[in-house]
Amino acid sequence: MSLSSRHLLGIDGMKPAEIELILDTAESLAEVGAREIKKVPTLRGQTVVNFFIEPSTRTRSSFELAEKRLSADTVNFSASTSSFTKGETLLDTARTLEAMSPAFIVMRHSQPGAPHLLARHTDCSIINAGDGAHEHPTQALLDAFTIRHHKKSLAGLRVAIVGDILNSRVARSNVLLLSRMGAEVTVCGPPTLIPRGMELLACNVLHDMDEAIEGVDVVMMLRIQLERMRGGFFPSFREYASLYGLNPRRLERAAPDAIVMHPGPMNRGVEIDGGIADGSRSVIREQVTNGIAVRMAVLYLLAGVRTAGEAKREAVA
Amino acid sequence: MFSGQSVQIMDAGQIDRALSRIAHEILEKYKSLDGLSLVGIRTRGVPLAQRLTVKLEELTGTAPPMGLLDINLYRDDLSLIADHPVLKKTEIPFDIAGSKIVLVDDVLYTGRTVRAALDALLDLGRPSRILLAVLVDRGHREFPIRADFVGKNVPTARTQVVEVRVAEIEGLDEVVLLPEKPERTEKLGKEDVS
Repeated sequence: MSLSSRHLLGIDGMKPAEIELILDTAESLAEVGAREIKKVPTLRGQTVVNFFIEPSTRTRSSFELAEKRLSADTVNFSASTSSFTKGETLLDTARTLEAMSPAFIVMRHSQPGAPHLLARHTDCSIINAGDGAHEHPTQALLDAFTIRHHKKSLAGLRVAIVGDILNSRVARSNVLLLSRMGAEVTVCGPPTLIPRGMELLACNVLHDMDEAIEGVDVVMMLRIQLERMRGGFFPSFREYASLYGLNPRRLERAAPDAIVMHPGPMNRGVEIDGGIADGSRSVIREQVTNGIAVRMAVLYLLAGVRTAGEAKREAVA
Repeated sequence: MFSGQSVQIMDAGQIDRALSRIAHEILEKYKSLDGLSLVGIRTRGVPLAQRLTVKLEELTGTAPPMGLLDINLYRDDLSLIADHPVLKKTEIPFDIAGSKIVLVDDVLYTGRTVRAALDALLDLGRPSRILLAVLVDRGHREFPIRADFVGKNVPTARTQVVEVRVAEIEGLDEVVLLPEKPERTEKLGKEDVS
């Protein structure tokens, strides 16, 4: 068994068996994080470039730890330190990075499709760590891993994703992944924050949170970005919190064993009540821990596909 | 379906007697099971280690602790083999520091798996001693590694394949000698070579 591509650009295009393979592999790799010495020699001598042209702390550190636990060498490029600010084009920067012969480029970019562009022009494996409002595949994979851990299987589960769906790559990747794995997904938010045509992605669309959360097994809250306020998407934080915030009264409506997730960073008191975020049903911190194992799994499996590709190219030559 | 012929070199009874003998040899060497534990190398070392554990329990009244080891993260050929092997969990439910460990595997061949297993174990702690038990030793070592307990020595040619089949996985116990490598397992999808 192996993945069909040497890149991880999005959940779109992945087969259920591939998703399953990544989650199973992460299950095995989680053990490394529980050791006293959290390191295995698997990717020794391979270089990973973390190319983050958009601020990110948690995703970048999670990738960095995953790379280091597999013994890869890592280099970080971020928006402020790169020649981007000096006017270099994306492709030129990518070619420069490639000249350092990395095995992987992990990329975060504000433009949707930027990693796909890079994938067409470089020989290394590209991992999408978030491209605009498009996809964030490793976040969806770590969410699925966390859900599976608590609910055994994704098939047949009812999941509500609530908040700013319009600007959320996390929502998009999660809808794609969860529906592909047989879960029933409902997205919910004010009409201004739900993109047109969302229902085409195999999910229900509701604007009433009480209705959306009724009987669900998983509640996934999304961050309301402070900077969006200026866009006039909703009148006030107070109104948003009362209509779309997760509070104890609302959580009552979900299944008795429902889990609460949030990709972070949270706005306590806006989209999620502080008590719930720290409560027994919250798996928010587990999501962070699991992120490392899932990213290790992605690196491990993609490295295998790369080797296969190289062997084939050599055979042809 | 088969090109050439496969030869059975051990049947269920012979496998069972070989494991019984190994259990006795372990006791002969150590007298008691104090501080001794078994670690099966995935995949087929695991059922063999389980059976040894049962036999040791029958002989002494207590079962030694047992762990499972996946060595794939430690292979020396990961950068050469196409499609990384499917990872399974490593589960060592005891503290290995200071303990005596009997590593259990089905076939000892080049010694590379055992080398990887030693590295994997040492990353988890510092055992006082590591011993090796294998069901079949087929020769052709590429490293200075030897087994402490051997079920059966089988002279082979490098082109041949020794396959250990166990009831837990294949539904029957036997060891067969195949004339050449069997077909590779199927892949998930088309490969992207571009």
